[in-house]
Amino acid sequence: MYRYDSYDQKIVDERVAQFRDQTRRYLAGELTEDEFRPLRLQNGLYIQRHAPMLRVAVPYGLLSSRQVRTLAHIARTHDKGYAHITTRQNFQFNWPELKVVPEILAELAQVEMHAIQTSGACIRNITSDPFAGVAGDEYIDPRPWCEVLRQWSTFHPEFAFLPRKFKMAVNGAHQDRAVIQCHDIGLELKRDAAGEIGFRVLVGGGLGRTPIIGEEISDFVPWQHIITYCEAVLRVYNRYGRRDNLYKARIKILVKALGIAEFKRQVEEEWVFGKNGPNTLTEAEVARVAAHFTAPTYVQLPGDDSSYVAQRAANPAFAAWAKRNVLAHKVPGYAVVVLSLKDPKRAPGDITDAQLDLAADLADAYSFGEIRTTHEQNLVLADVRQSDLFAVWEKARAAGLATPTFGLLNDMICCPGGDFCALANAKSIPIANAIQERFEDLDYLYDIGDLELNISGCMNSCGHHHVGHIGILGVDKNGSEWYQVSLGGSQGNNTSIGKVIGRSFAAAEMPDVITKIIDVYRAQRQGGERFIETVRRIGLDPFKIGVYGDAAIIERNQNA
Amino acid sequence: MPKLIKNGLVIDDSAEILVLDETQAPEALNLPEGPVFVPLAVWQAHKGVLSGRPGLGVWLDSHESVDDLASDLDSLQAIALNFPKFTDGRAYSGAALLRSRYGFKGEIRAIGDVLRDQFFFMQRCGFDAIQPKAGRYSDALLADALASLQDFSSPYQAAIDQPEPLFRRAARVA
Ligand code: HEM
Ligand code: SF4
Repeated sequence: MYRYDSYDQKIVDERVAQFRDQTRRYLAGELTEDEFRPLRLQNGLYIQRHAPMLRVAVPYGLLSSRQVRTLAHIARTHDKGYAHITTRQNFQFNWPELKVVPEILAELAQVEMHAIQTSGACIRNITSDPFAGVAGDEYIDPRPWCEVLRQWSTFHPEFAFLPRKFKMAVNGAHQDRAVIQCHDIGLELKRDAAGEIGFRVLVGGGLGRTPIIGEEISDFVPWQHIITYCEAVLRVYNRYGRRDNLYKARIKILVKALGIAEFKRQVEEEWVFGKNGPNTLTEAEVARVAAHFTAPTYVQLPGDDSSYVAQRAANPAFAAWAKRNVLAHKVPGYAVVVLSLKDPKRAPGDITDAQLDLAADLADAYSFGEIRTTHEQNLVLADVRQSDLFAVWEKARAAGLATPTFGLLNDMICCPGGDFCALANAKSIPIANAIQERFEDLDYLYDIGDLELNISGCMNSCGHHHVGHIGILGVDKNGSEWYQVSLGGSQGNNTSIGKVIGRSFAAAEMPDVITKIIDVYRAQRQGGERFIETVRRIGLDPFKIGVYGDAAIIERNQNA
Repeated sequence: MPKLIKNGLVIDDSAEILVLDETQAPEALNLPEGPVFVPLAVWQAHKGVLSGRPGLGVWLDSHESVDDLASDLDSLQAIALNFPKFTDGRAYSGAALLRSRYGFKGEIRAIGDVLRDQFFFMQRCGFDAIQPKAGRYSDALLADALASLQDFSSPYQAAIDQPEPLFRRAARVA
């Protein structure tokens, strides 16, 4: 993974000093609340229900075991013994005190970490494929490009006060695992006919209160020009994006208002000036960064380890975990392991200090000392030998990190919601846990198969409910908490926005509602059809009838 | 006298920023003595008379475009860009465009809600004059605030103050 040189280190050290001084001036009354807010946000610091919340950047989801131990230490000393993994691959601490935040940042800087631009109206942490470098369907490793873009976007002076936040994601494989269609800029690495590397560029995607799927603005920007191209997009956005209404300030609104053709015209007109300028990437720089992402020293192994085969045959619990949480690796004899953070007894995505330490130990012992975070709020050990899987499983299981439900209904994405978040309409964690409890029978869960269930506590959509096969959204009705259900959303190559099925439900009804939806699927599915495929084939009506009874159809006919 | 940060030093500055209220039409020209920044509308209404007046500058609000001054730059010594709120970042692009695309060599001044925690970005985008609102900083705090111009010693990306990105300036080893 990328290691800082003296320049990178200096920038984060200077940031710590800068923020320490800003905090001092704020506490001394030299900076007003309004003046301090954007400064702390650009350092990932929100003021929430109970305390400030600190969001720490995990660039493109990559961590060393040393960094993970530092996060564990912070959770232990400055928080209540746990942290949360976000849908943009970052870490969040829910309870740090404002005056110790500079200390936390200093501790992070010692392990080449920071909280720069994890919030605020600026270019945010760039996210990517958690299986980068090990997936069989990868064309081009996105990590060096993410790092190049990270450096370019860090303290970009022109784009520190955009109309609104700006999120970018990069994917380099056949399957999109970085949700590039729902980002302000989504980049897909590809090769042109001559074999040259470049990017397909999508723009104007986003979730939030107006979910929009990004549109293609260029089908190929050669790699040398990606920074100047992004700068052109950002300059047009910075100059012309709306600033009069917070809800209409994302780039997606500008792109919709102008139309993609006109937006593209403006960007290309702007690009003429920057293209071939100093920000044009050089082969030397790309090579320097890419040298940090070479493959680890794999040993030559047979494709199917015999002990692994035997252990699965002998131990059904291990076999179940291996079936769900162990994924194919491009190198024979190796596997990708998902360490699940979806233990029904915990909030989805939460991890304790002890679990973090254990994950770091596992990474050191079995996976070249590296760990990844996923936007589905799990951890990944990317390079485990098949012959080590049993040992990894035993240790992970003892620590509550081996819930064998990766990709299933219980592996839900869930925002912190009303338990932590000041913007929430409703709690989301208890809903997630109630549904997990309802579906705890593994045979039942396996029979239902691949299913993405996403929960957000309000329209801001931190929990990606729009792109869940089943989406749950917390809504406020006369001061009480209700939940709206949508179906048919999906992320990845066929990104789609789910449609609401009808009136919302009280919290206590939610497990039954999900059961009814699943019953419809099980009754209607054909062959090996996955849930989302059935929804796409039969539409929403059968599900509405399943949930609301025939009344749903009568009501619709009356409205027709 | 009002203070101004010019090329990294605090100096006295007597320039007046002319603000029209609703009752004043840009066509009625009534300028104070001495250096003054007039609103874009006043400049556009009186270019002929005002061109070449010593100490004349034009100021733009954040929704106004520097492109509208492109053909006038030879007659202007200074341009001020207003930050109605410090979170309105349009003037960063405006300053960068004036320096790079339009090659403006005169003063570019940041006015309005100008705070020390943005000095560094302003300087990087081509502002050589920075003027916090009168009364926002005491003389002592303004002197302290100069430190913010040095927040980062080696930024990554190319900008106006440093036209080469780090990867071209430094021999970085993998
Ligand atoms: C607890 C404090 C949080 C606050 C105050 C907060 C605030 C917001 C707001 C206001 C938006 C809407 C932005 C817009 O539509 O322009 C948003 C979107 C989002 N947030 Fe959060 N959030 C919080 C926590 C989280 C967490 C914990 C995650 C990950 C689990 C997260 C991930 C996201 C994502 C992925 C989006 C959607 C991005 C998009 O609109 O394209 N946020 N957040
Ligand atoms: S979706 Fe709403 S409730 Fe959930 S974290 Fe985001 S802002 Fe808070």
